Amino acid sequence: MVAGIAVAVGFALKAFNENLMYFFSTSDVLAGKAPKETLFRLGGMVVKGSVERPDKGLMVRFKLTDFSKDVTVEYTGILPDLFREGQGIVANGKLDSRGVFVAEEVLAKHDENYMPPEVKASLKKQVEQQ
Amino acid sequence: MFLIPEPIGRFFHRLASPPHFYALTNRLMPWLVALFLILLISGLVGGLYLAPADYQQGDSYRIIYIHVPAAWMSLFIYMMMAIAGAIGLIWRIKLAEIVAISSAPVGAAFTFIALVTGSLWGKPMWGTWWVWDARLTSELILLFLYLGVIGLYGAIDDKKTASKAVAILALVGVVNIPIIHYSVEWWSTLHQGATVTKMDKPSIHVSMLIPLLLMALAFKFYYVIAMLQRAKLELLQRERTAQWVKKLITEQTL
Repeated sequence: MVAGIAVAVGFALKAFNENLMYFFSTSDVLAGKAPKETLFRLGGMVVKGSVERPDKGLMVRFKLTDFSKDVTVEYTGILPDLFREGQGIVANGKLDSRGVFVAEEVLAKHDENYMPPEVKASLKKQVEQQ
Repeated sequence: MFLIPEPIGRFFHRLASPPHFYALTNRLMPWLVALFLILLISGLVGGLYLAPADYQQGDSYRIIYIHVPAAWMSLFIYMMMAIAGAIGLIWRIKLAEIVAISSAPVGAAFTFIALVTGSLWGKPMWGTWWVWDARLTSELILLFLYLGVIGLYGAIDDKKTASKAVAILALVGVVNIPIIHYSVEWWSTLHQGATVTKMDKPSIHVSMLIPLLLMALAFKFYYVIAMLQRAKLELLQRERTAQWVKKLITEQTL
């Protein structure tokens, strides 16, 4: 019985593993590893200064980066609270013929650091002084 | 059991004896409750009132003081349940079996709280209630494991056999515990990496960390209290024909 359960868990984990990468990186997309014509998730940092609203409407265009390659993303809708330049996000959508990632959903990913704003400000100051 | 030194062996032997355990928990209970309340109140005041707002998430991050201790407890209680189950399986100690099954509903409750508070936190911060990433999915599987343990125990009438079955299920499910903990490192997940439980220095400011640890300790005491109360009841039910239970009941009714 234990062996049977172990085998079942093994198979489940194997099947699970194939679906377990929650998102692709921008380098994966440019290397052609991401699926075409189908929805997938793209993760990366929003490039500073790249966020623009071309039609003055809800459509947002920005660049995502993994610090080696950039991918342009277009999204129409309401962005989460934590969406800002320099922030990590995960977008769900697909690539169009222009190589632009058209997102249907944008999720903000936050880091594991928690600190008061004053500490953040003084940390920033230290970095700037160096 | 023969390799253990005599006084330690005697202590555990006494602890494992149901009447002694029953009397001991009754004596400990007021102290446990007092410590729990002190820790809980200081943790809540520290977390909700004294701790500063976060630089990025503002006051919304304060749900961390429920979410993170509950998630830690969900893993901790599972390990306690599996260890107690193994002890019951190997040495046939009835009390270990009872501790294992009494832990399951408490663990399931903490897992549920971790999932719900995580969901409430995810909506404003990430933009979604739920995603099927590795951390969230493995934590959901943990909830199902707890429910499986509770269901299996209830489904078998003979509580000796039920305890054995439950212990084996709990031990097989232990494989999920490192998966939950390391999921954020092994796979790319929407959930962020570990803040406190890592080799490196915790990446949370000390003024926010202290209430978090107080809350974690308070939750540990809550687990001990809730588990012991359940264990007492389970013990009385299983031992209802024993002499000491009869004596206890006649003493109380007199």
